[in-house]
Amino acid sequence: MSDTEVIQKTRVSMTVNGESKSGEVEPRTLLVHFLRDNLGLTGTHVGCDTSQCGACVVNVNGKTTKACTMFAVQAEGAEIETIEGLAHDGVYHPVQEGFWEEHGLQCGYCTPGMIMSSISLLKRNPNPTEAEIRHELEGNICRCTGYQNIVKSVQYAAGKLREQSTS
Amino acid sequence: MFPGPFTYSRPSSVSEAVSLLSGNPDAKIIAGGHSLIPAMKLRLALPSALVDLRDIDPLRGPEVSGESVTIRAMDTYNDIRGDTKIASALPILVEAINVIGDAQVRDHGTLVGALVHNDPAADLTAVALALGGEVHATGSNGDRSIPLDEFFVDLWTTTLEPDEVVTHVTLNRPSSTARTAYRKFAHPASGYAIVGIAAVIELDDDVVRTARVALTGATNTAIRLTSVENALAGKTISEESVDAAVSGMADGLTINGDRFAPEEYRTHLVEVLTKRALLGTQE
Repeated sequence: MSDTEVIQKTRVSMTVNGESKSGEVEPRTLLVHFLRDNLGLTGTHVGCDTSQCGACVVNVNGKTTKACTMFAVQAEGAEIETIEGLAHDGVYHPVQEGFWEEHGLQCGYCTPGMIMSSISLLKRNPNPTEAEIRHELEGNICRCTGYQNIVKSVQYAAGKLREQSTS
Repeated sequence: MFPGPFTYSRPSSVSEAVSLLSGNPDAKIIAGGHSLIPAMKLRLALPSALVDLRDIDPLRGPEVSGESVTIRAMDTYNDIRGDTKIASALPILVEAINVIGDAQVRDHGTLVGALVHNDPAADLTAVALALGGEVHATGSNGDRSIPLDEFFVDLWTTTLEPDEVVTHVTLNRPSSTARTAYRKFAHPASGYAIVGIAAVIELDDDVVRTARVALTGATNTAIRLTSVENALAGKTISEESVDAAVSGMADGLTINGDRFAPEEYRTHLVEVLTKRALLGTQE
């Protein structure tokens, strides 16, 4: 197939942060570009072209997902959660609160992905050790913080979530 | 970079998937996509059509029997890792999955996909070779079973025909007295194996009856380390017997050098990791 051939666009629909969304995409349109360009949800970031950096992490049908490593057409009918869906009525999600309280960010570029990965990590393991936090965040790269405060942010959030679940 | 253009389809059966592949030699299967999509984004892969397996339910559901463990095409690493029966039948599989890639790879990537893609630095190819078993595929000529020892041919190449879909893999269960280990030296960003060694040792009391030891990351495709296996037969696993088995092991191997590890350094890593894996079976 030559590069000048145009592939028919197709309509995709999915639920994003609880709302039905749809748009026209080529099959090769990455989920991250659908979220950012079609839906205007620019909180999910593109930081690399090798699927290594994790700035694009979202949640798809309960699975932690690099939105740059999925085509929008694969997410047809899926339930997507992005960083924009976390705070409600101006109240931070506990993981967002952790990153605020423990200074888990500097430039903020990796942060949406770090937060979304951390949420998945804590669902899977509500009481992680430091080693477990660092292992589960291997898919997210940060150039600013040296990860120390990111770990503290996740530990803060873990405590807050445990507190909430017992109250 | 953006991937090249392609058409996308979601067949609802394996036979439909096979027809789509037979109709187009440039069509590729997509399962977890976490090896294929990164390759497509760099345009190292340019399929003109993607055939997505996600709607084919019979391709899900691992099974454990007395002799083997069956992993199906769409079973993800976390599906496998979360199955307590598999964890007790094949601890080496869980050990490898724990160090594969990252959390997102573990939620989407599939073991079958890893074997079919046959990346030279994949973890599961060495683990599958060390366990032994069969790959089960369906193509336009029908079903067939391919022994794992014959499956991996070369860089990103297996014995599969272009129109074949792997439906499941059966991995041999080691005996209850077997000792196993997977040890890896990982690239810090990608998580791929610079060197990975999988060892499955069957023992009579403390004496090695058979050893299956496989290497990934260092050669074009994962391989059995037959000189190491032969050197261990009839011995007990100790620092001395392991040192003896490892010495000279590199002579028969064509170890690759690249920007992650030049040949001499990687050869050194192969020897160190082989020792760690063999001694690791005793832990």
